[in-house]
Amino acid sequence: MFPEMFRYHVAGPVNDFINNLIEAYGPVFDSISHGILSFLLGVNSVLSFIPWWAYIAVVFLLSWYSSKKLIASVVLASLPFVIGMFGLWAMAIESLSVIITAVLMALIIGLPLGVLMAELKPVAAVLRPVLDGMQTMPSFVYLIPAMMLFGLGKVPAVLATLIYALPPVIRLTALGLNQVPKPVEEAALAYGATRWQLLKEVRLPLAMPSILAGVNQTTMMALAMVVISSMIGARGLGQEVLLSINRIDVGRGFEAGMSVVFLAIVIDRLTQNMAKRWEPPKR
Amino acid sequence: MDAPQQQDASAGVPGAAAGMEAILIRDLWKIYTRKKGMSVSSSDVENEELVEELDKGEDAVVAMKNVSLEIRQGETFIIMGLSGSGKSTLIRCLLRLVEPTSGDIIINGENVTAMNRRQLVNFRREKIAMVFQHYGLLPHRTVLQNVTFGLKLRGDEKEGRKEKAADALEKVGLKGWEKYYPASLSGGMRQRVGIARALVMDAPILLMDEPFSGLDPLIRRELQDEMIHLQKVMHKTIFFVTHDLSEALRMGDRMAIMKKGEIVQVGSPDEVIANPADDYVSRFVSDEREHMRRAEEVLAKNRAGKEGTPHVS
Repeated sequence: MFPEMFRYHVAGPVNDFINNLIEAYGPVFDSISHGILSFLLGVNSVLSFIPWWAYIAVVFLLSWYSSKKLIASVVLASLPFVIGMFGLWAMAIESLSVIITAVLMALIIGLPLGVLMAELKPVAAVLRPVLDGMQTMPSFVYLIPAMMLFGLGKVPAVLATLIYALPPVIRLTALGLNQVPKPVEEAALAYGATRWQLLKEVRLPLAMPSILAGVNQTTMMALAMVVISSMIGARGLGQEVLLSINRIDVGRGFEAGMSVVFLAIVIDRLTQNMAKRWEPPKR
Repeated sequence: MDAPQQQDASAGVPGAAAGMEAILIRDLWKIYTRKKGMSVSSSDVENEELVEELDKGEDAVVAMKNVSLEIRQGETFIIMGLSGSGKSTLIRCLLRLVEPTSGDIIINGENVTAMNRRQLVNFRREKIAMVFQHYGLLPHRTVLQNVTFGLKLRGDEKEGRKEKAADALEKVGLKGWEKYYPASLSGGMRQRVGIARALVMDAPILLMDEPFSGLDPLIRRELQDEMIHLQKVMHKTIFFVTHDLSEALRMGDRMAIMKKGEIVQVGSPDEVIANPADDYVSRFVSDEREHMRRAEEVLAKNRAGKEGTPHVS
């Protein structure tokens, strides 16, 4: 047994800290919450405005344009159609708007942080364990305080998704920048590149495939949070899964689960194809 | 190729006194440290015991010991040595891609070692150009964009950039390849792009770090010949690093031989071959002599028989 005399708890201070935060900065959190919510609603209304067939057409055309494979593109474009057949179209759009909001925020925060992490060693030293924590901390641990600070519903769902999905884009941005071949960097420096020119003209373009892989990973991680965020009241496909589990309706759960999978496949293929276009030309 | 360039190179930088050395290297040291927080100051190199200790230890590498050289205007100066002899470190010190631990580098009257960051960037943009062994081309840019890269960095006008690049590409025989990407070129062609990128800068000094080492013998010879031909009209000061003695003999006006970070002999290629300064140099040279002897034998044999097929050794 671990000796009793070494016992020390941080639970109390953490509780106090959160409580104080809510009391002292309630209005601040309210306004943040309001800002995120209105952005999210904007995204949602745009997505809802687009007719269903337009999604299918866009998925087909994007896939065709980047891969030139007819059958693959038809199959990919049929996946959203199946979601509609299950009667889950509206739910899928709601989930999609949470994901898009979270991913956009992740990119706005993550890309500059990734660059900083690659450029400045101390930043990397601090950031790395934080990122580990963000990815491995059980999501309920921060879901509850997020709920206390931002209320029930979509906003804490977006934030929880953001925390979970942010690390890959930061990591892969930094990785891509650090993997730029040294001879290329050296040549740029020899011709009088400043640090900024080196970043803009050489390192960022060469890191682009890795950065886009990070964007892809971040999007996939965001999708994985769909079900969990439904537990704090975000509507969407996750809510459908949750309901079916509660009612032990395996079939309905399967339909909702497959819809999440289809959504993931479509987004994954489209972002991957876009990433390919950024690779340096082979010929 | 044009007259002003020729003048520029032979007269050195405007304001520089005639007959001034193009590159002056004085007591240059470079000690790499591996351990974190460990640093060697410029005064430490005068302490012989300390240097010896560092050299033996695991935590530091003495890459260059007290190197002093004078390179004249318009000459092709060769640095020769085996890998690890410090020649790559030396050439990188000249534009401070590697920071020397101590010593001075004066290029056309400008003290490179004393420059601040801003001055150094301008110096690299205007006064010096470098060709690398591994080309260092940008894979996401076309041949044309690679050649104009240095001009773009220093902020030249777009139209002028294109014109100069077209000129340089013609000189290296790559006219018509402007729109290709480096990945679709062979090694020899990539290095031609590397050379064009350096020529286009119109800098009086050209640094070449084993530019032809990665190429097959035929292409290597072809590029050496072209470089010699170009130099005949350019009269740049060329600082050329190689580990290939025959290359040194073909290209060099003078050469220095490096061993374990020290210069062991300086002289014209003929002098070095005739009077190797020590064992190390004579071993280098004897290989070459052996080469020549065998080539002559083969030629003699072929001549004795029927007309032989060309032999490449």
